[in-house]
Amino acid sequence: MRILVWLPLLVLGLPFASFLLLAVVPPLRRTGRGAGVISILAIAGAFLGALGVWTQGFRTESRWEWIPADGGPMATVGILVDPLSAAMLALITLVSLLVQVYSLDYLHDEPARGLGRYYAYHSLFAFSMLGLVLSPTFLQMFIFWELVGLCSYLLIGYWYDRPAAARAAVKAFWVTKLGDVGFVVGIVMLWGTTGTFDFTTLFAMARENQIPAEGLTLTLFLIYLGAVGKSAQFPLHVWLPDAMEGPTPVSALIHAATMVTAGVFLVTRAQPLFLLAPDVMGIIAAVGAFTALLAASMACVETDIKRVLAYSTVSQLGYMMTAAGLAAAAAGFFHLLTHGVFKALLFLGAGAVIHAVGTNDMFRMGGLGRAMPQTAIVFIVGTLALAGVPPLAGFFSKEAILAGVWQHGATTLFVILALTAFLTAFYMFRAVFLVFFGRAHAAGHPHDAPWLMRGPLWILAILTVAIGLRYAIGGHGDDAHPAPGWLAPFSVVLALSGIALAWAMYQRGAIEPAALSRALRPIDFMARRRYGLDALYGGLYQAFILGFSGLIGWIDRYFVDGILNVLSAWTLRGGDGLRRIQTGRAQDYLYGVAFGVLLVVVWFHWWAQ
Amino acid sequence: MTYTLPILSLITWMPFIGALLVMFTARHRPLAVRLISLATTGVSTVLSVVAYVAYDSEAAGFQFYEKFALVPPLGINYELGVDGMSLLMVLLTSIIITAGVFASWTVQVRSQEFYALLLALVTGVYGVFCSLDLFVLFLFYELAVLPMYLLIGIWGSTGEVRPRGIFAWAFRETGVGTKEYAAMKLTLYLLFGSAFILVGIFALWVEAGQSSFSFLAFEATSFEPGVQRWVFFVFYVGFGILAGIWPLHTWSPDGHASAPTAVSMLHAGVLMKLGAYGVVRVGMGLLPEGAVDLAWLVGTIACINVVYGALSAMAQTDLKYVIAYSSVSHMGLVMLGAATLTEAGLNGSVFQMFAHGVMTGLFFALVGLVYEKTHSRDIPKMGGFGRVMPGIATAFTIGGLSSLGLPATSGFVAEILTFMGAWRSDHRWWLIPAVVGTFLTAIYVLRVVKQIFWGPPSPHFHHLEDARGPEWVAVVALTIIIVFFGMVPGIAIGLVDTATVPLLARLPLP
Repeated sequence: MRILVWLPLLVLGLPFASFLLLAVVPPLRRTGRGAGVISILAIAGAFLGALGVWTQGFRTESRWEWIPADGGPMATVGILVDPLSAAMLALITLVSLLVQVYSLDYLHDEPARGLGRYYAYHSLFAFSMLGLVLSPTFLQMFIFWELVGLCSYLLIGYWYDRPAAARAAVKAFWVTKLGDVGFVVGIVMLWGTTGTFDFTTLFAMARENQIPAEGLTLTLFLIYLGAVGKSAQFPLHVWLPDAMEGPTPVSALIHAATMVTAGVFLVTRAQPLFLLAPDVMGIIAAVGAFTALLAASMACVETDIKRVLAYSTVSQLGYMMTAAGLAAAAAGFFHLLTHGVFKALLFLGAGAVIHAVGTNDMFRMGGLGRAMPQTAIVFIVGTLALAGVPPLAGFFSKEAILAGVWQHGATTLFVILALTAFLTAFYMFRAVFLVFFGRAHAAGHPHDAPWLMRGPLWILAILTVAIGLRYAIGGHGDDAHPAPGWLAPFSVVLALSGIALAWAMYQRGAIEPAALSRALRPIDFMARRRYGLDALYGGLYQAFILGFSGLIGWIDRYFVDGILNVLSAWTLRGGDGLRRIQTGRAQDYLYGVAFGVLLVVVWFHWWAQ
Repeated sequence: MTYTLPILSLITWMPFIGALLVMFTARHRPLAVRLISLATTGVSTVLSVVAYVAYDSEAAGFQFYEKFALVPPLGINYELGVDGMSLLMVLLTSIIITAGVFASWTVQVRSQEFYALLLALVTGVYGVFCSLDLFVLFLFYELAVLPMYLLIGIWGSTGEVRPRGIFAWAFRETGVGTKEYAAMKLTLYLLFGSAFILVGIFALWVEAGQSSFSFLAFEATSFEPGVQRWVFFVFYVGFGILAGIWPLHTWSPDGHASAPTAVSMLHAGVLMKLGAYGVVRVGMGLLPEGAVDLAWLVGTIACINVVYGALSAMAQTDLKYVIAYSSVSHMGLVMLGAATLTEAGLNGSVFQMFAHGVMTGLFFALVGLVYEKTHSRDIPKMGGFGRVMPGIATAFTIGGLSSLGLPATSGFVAEILTFMGAWRSDHRWWLIPAVVGTFLTAIYVLRVVKQIFWGPPSPHFHHLEDARGPEWVAVVALTIIIVFFGMVPGIAIGLVDTATVPLLARLPLP
């Protein structure tokens, strides 16, 4: 039975060991590719372990004391393995492994030092993300939650001497930290009323209605704020598009497949608690749907291929959140897994394109389908999956979410999500037509990537197809939300009409894109300016935080300390004044003595009697 | 106790012996000065670790007890003993002074006197943490404060403060910004505080009506509620000045900014903790009712400290001032944890003293290194140092992450415990300023990291290099301690808990 604990611990321990090795042995780190091989071996081992955990399908929990206290530990750490975390383990280790292999070629021009640092961060990230999904307590989840945020910060800022990367890294940290402030307050409040951080205990209390209802809505809303930051929900989604300043493999791993889904994972994991607060669930669903549509609209006008994918990630996260908020967490989680696979594929494909042409601007690409046929094929597979075309993976998970929303009777949200699905198909095929079809703009001779990059692409593409086929043949398997019969044809029509519109605009030229922009001018205007949110936050930061701190700093220096300086200046002046009494003339002192004697006499005469 | 070795006396007096040796045997031999300092502080450090490991946490209470009479008619005894709380502080002092000896390796001017004063000062610090006799504690306290004046006044550095505002004339008359000003301000402020402490000690002595200054004897006495309240207030102000409580904190940024590296490390790392330790040990320990009555005041001022300190830190452009104000903010967290009067909060408070001590020691060591290479503390002029000094950049980042309470650093454990305590206290709203403070910390710390180490290389500096030789020792050791205690906080908190639980049990909480 001991293997039940040791196998997941091994999965967790291998990347940590690799990180430790690379962190404390600088000569090893400076080998660059050598460091990469160590990290890849560790994550490959973790992947095999994760497969073992996943296929065994067991459930186990172990905890150890972390912060001792008088009456039993105040906080514990440990691991919790169940189908939810086991599936995440498999996804994380798989994508990490592929991304790390891919990076070996993608970053082959980097100096060895930088590459070693890159792989050390990757190992730390894998460890942190695995620790997050294995957490049996809210506190441990928060610990790893912050650590993955740290890795994200470090990897976005990997090219730290580029000002844009430095800015984006700091922005990502601050914006997610803002959400985490809510998260930490929420778990402290929950601890205050229940006395525990443990999921198992809390869920048991929830089942037996032992959690005091007072303040629970606020508590859970605050915890949800953490998910808003991490999973880039409106209004804290602004960091994710900027995070594209990091290397593309990092975007694939952290900002598409794994870390950004942590918020969805949190809401899914703590579903029994969130079910106690219907108001919070309503907010989660509404914000999710709104985010999905908002991000999709911005993706339609973006010209940077990575940013299109980033907005599409935000949009899909909104999808997952909507499902989680409507008590269809299983559907949301299913979409999380399939999205993780095909979005990683899309990012890595985009990376191969960027690698070949040296630009992110889609309008400066074009006609690459001929030059890079393999990349084009896998990218289109990913795009079809994201657009929701059967029989690929994305179709089934998206349909499951739509079914869940429809079953719940949330018609407005259903319409929003359907519109988003149409837009998704449109903007993704806009990208495909701009990049792979049409006239070639790129200079030089772009060609397919070397095999270390192509291999991961093919594996992900095959997986995308295989998962889809598995569901096409094996049925949905989700009996809780049986889809109405018209839903599948309806989603296909949505996807195909989006594709058709993109084709008409960017391939056939039948519709002038500029004309459509003019027709939708207000939306177009706002979407191109990101709805003014970045400017608003920038302004608030400058005016409110920096302004206020400047004021406080001034007050401290010139008022609080000023008063003290006035006191000491007065003391100095007083001393200066009193010095005059010391005249050095004998008769003055004699007067003084006489005056003193007089005072003593008077005192004795009047008061002492 | 089975220990016949007077381990606490050895820990306390070893640095003083070192100071004497440095003064009388090592004239004009700078290497000998350093080796003597290293050896004597090293002995203290090793013995601290031994005491830490050998402490019997089952038995708890004061251990390694030593006592002999000094002035029998007045009941003044040389009485030493440590419990879990003071032992952690002793360990902190050992860590910081050893790191400080390494960090001062490059002091050129009159290094003999410098090291002698530094070592004498440390004896005072150890003495305060080990003393169980309030009179002797006070003597050690003064010993810890006074050498500062010379250390800053002679080896300090002068900054620039422009006189502005309605009090500009006073700035000109007092010479704000010079190292002499900073030294004078710090010393006078702290002596002002110690006058309060002296009054408090004598008030207890008179009220107890017995001829003893022993902490244990006072602890067994129950004082009148009225007396408890005002004496606690007196101790709070007296020790609180050293802990940097608002609005009596302005000595600390000027003092820390002007002081040489090792002195900043010791002062922000350990001496400010003396103040907080005094409030907890003497104030809360001897005057439980006074502490309960005035907890609202202590906590509210602490909340101001946290937010105000963080905002002030953000407004600074001088690197040393940023770190100094961050100490003001973090000392607020220390006091806040104590004011919650809960197990989680008080453990968090003591652990924060340790965590912040190590962290700020690291910060000042690094700032010293950066200054030594660039001869500048002006943040806006710097940039892109990460490429030329990756080691310093890494250590600074880890220190910064601990400062903003990132998990896996000791700062996180301290903060989360303080948050938990705040929420369980009578004043739940304290949680909000505490959390806001950590968010503001994330802003100013990462802003500084980005400005100094990231971005394109600054055109103002050439031929910069990373730390080397003995400079690494302090940086690496402190960094490892931050991370180690962040991952395994139990080894410190388990010990602290044995001291804080009995202390809290004596409080008349509803």
